[in-house]
Amino acid sequence: MIDLLAQVQTRQRTGESCVAEDGFCPDYIVANFSDRYLGPFLEHIVLTLVPVAIGFAVAFGLALLAHRRGWLVGPFDGMTGFFYTIPSIALFILLLPFTGRGLVTGIFALVLYTLYIFFRNFLTGLQNVPPETKDAARGVGLTERQLLWRVELPLAVPEILAGLRIATTTTVGLAALAVFAGAGGLGTVILRDTSFKSDVVTASALCIGLAVVLDLLILALQRAITPWRRAAHGR
Amino acid sequence: MNAPKPAQKSTARAEGKAATLELRNVTKRYPGQDRAAIENLSLTVPAGEICVLVGPSGCGKTTAMRMVNRMIDLTEGDILLDGKSVTDRTPFELRREIGYAIQQIGLFPHQTIGGNIATVPKLLGWDRARIRARIDELLELVQLDPDEMRDRYPAQLSGGQRQRIGVARALAADPPLMLMDEPFGAIDPINRDRLQNEFLRLQRDIRKTVVFVTHDIDEAIKMGDRIAVLKVGGKLAQYATPAELLMSPADDFVKDFVGADRALKRLALQRVEDISLWSVAALEEGDSIEEARRKMAAADVGVPPLLVDGDGRPLGWLDARRVTEGRVGGQPRTKVEPIVDIQDVLRDALAELLEAETQYAPVVDPGGRVVGVLSIEIIAETLQQDPEGVATGADSALAQT
Repeated sequence: MIDLLAQVQTRQRTGESCVAEDGFCPDYIVANFSDRYLGPFLEHIVLTLVPVAIGFAVAFGLALLAHRRGWLVGPFDGMTGFFYTIPSIALFILLLPFTGRGLVTGIFALVLYTLYIFFRNFLTGLQNVPPETKDAARGVGLTERQLLWRVELPLAVPEILAGLRIATTTTVGLAALAVFAGAGGLGTVILRDTSFKSDVVTASALCIGLAVVLDLLILALQRAITPWRRAAHGR
Repeated sequence: MNAPKPAQKSTARAEGKAATLELRNVTKRYPGQDRAAIENLSLTVPAGEICVLVGPSGCGKTTAMRMVNRMIDLTEGDILLDGKSVTDRTPFELRREIGYAIQQIGLFPHQTIGGNIATVPKLLGWDRARIRARIDELLELVQLDPDEMRDRYPAQLSGGQRQRIGVARALAADPPLMLMDEPFGAIDPINRDRLQNEFLRLQRDIRKTVVFVTHDIDEAIKMGDRIAVLKVGGKLAQYATPAELLMSPADDFVKDFVGADRALKRLALQRVEDISLWSVAALEEGDSIEEARRKMAAADVGVPPLLVDGDGRPLGWLDARRVTEGRVGGQPRTKVEPIVDIQDVLRDALAELLEAETQYAPVVDPGGRVVGVLSIEIIAETLQQDPEGVATGADSALAQT
């Protein structure tokens, strides 16, 4: 931080020489934003949203299967947990021989990391539905499908969205490493000249900003679709 | 809580399909267990009556109830609703025709009260306007204010209110049969008593066939038109009216289960209006001495004259020796306490007498008018004789084993 402030000081004194000295140069960043940063930033958004969406859908399917057939919980848990523990840089590199360099490899690896988070949270949400609520639902004549869509899933929404928040934030961070798979994103900005502070700081700030904005959006969504939870707390 | 508007309550009376329920040699065996959970259980519940399944834990009472709406499948035998086997339709269709209320209530926390009540009507595809009208009607039926309750969530309600919503949800599609599994079991004693009374009052209007499960013999006696006492292993020990169960338990098991205080329990079966009261000299202010003397002579011995107002409401006890001259009105009076409601059960009336440490009390009709005097002596006499006006015998023919 002190170092950063020192750079700011430097820029004010020396002006044009800021870039030459690899400093943090706001004027330069603003002037070159669309050329240097916008492209990677948009790629980063894709690298976040697409894996999160795919991971959400895949884990949803796995969780529904495991919810219906309890014996699948263990295997699915182990499999997604295994993916989750592979060091991320290693995974991006390990995938190269199979899927080649590029966006697909990056997205594929990032999907694998979201699965565990989504799967656990889906399952917890479904398992937390009170047994008496399910009994009453069946007792008044809901079919198993109606029970799932009208009772179990709506009640699992808080856990599901909690999982979505964690997965999204994590993916924003991990996507910066997708550069090792040649998938672009803000990682390219950081890596192209690790000593140029304007690049490093801007890329980091955009990552953090993206994570915060997405998190707030999910929070807003959660408030909008679970009015019953606020009712419970606001008694 | 707001009282329902009378005009709307009458619409509830218009409903009231009720079905006859018949269990025929029903047996339930779980794989890997030697002993049947329910063994050869047969009983018939006439349309519009409350049948209470009661017994110690493990007797299979909940299992028996849950086989009726096929939450549990039966192994042998059959269950008939108005002569049609419950296996005729899919379990889902069947359950939508049967009200279902359980101890834990199981309201859907994510749905409003209106949404909860509308569950079955929605499944049945009712249109919006009809569902909305039905929600309000049911809320009034269970004595809750529709405008206040409709859009709230279950977490915002008290336990008693939630239980009422549970009953309203069970009644939503006007089912001919209701299954209730210890519906008031998790409610504190005071509110439980109130909810029981409310349900009995409701039942007088809607006349559903009800299967009511409880482990509490007092609740069984209070709620049941008929009581099925089950032994462990799902064997029917006795199926009878509450009075018959208390008067003549079929065997030692039933005798034990009913309890040593069964004579006292009988007091819960009879209401003050079922027994003959002592007559009382009800003197109005302004009565002449001759009039007062005539009334006192006609009254039962041992009860002092009672001063009443123009509408016959009790004002105070008078001392007969002091009603000697002039007109009635100026004499010293003592406070009347308690005043017994003619619709009270004898047990509650006795409790009131004991509480007030008095031997007798005036009994008033719903309008507050004095109709006679109840004394501890009358209650003691009642305990020594067979209860009159309470159905016994004959009904037991319905229990087949």
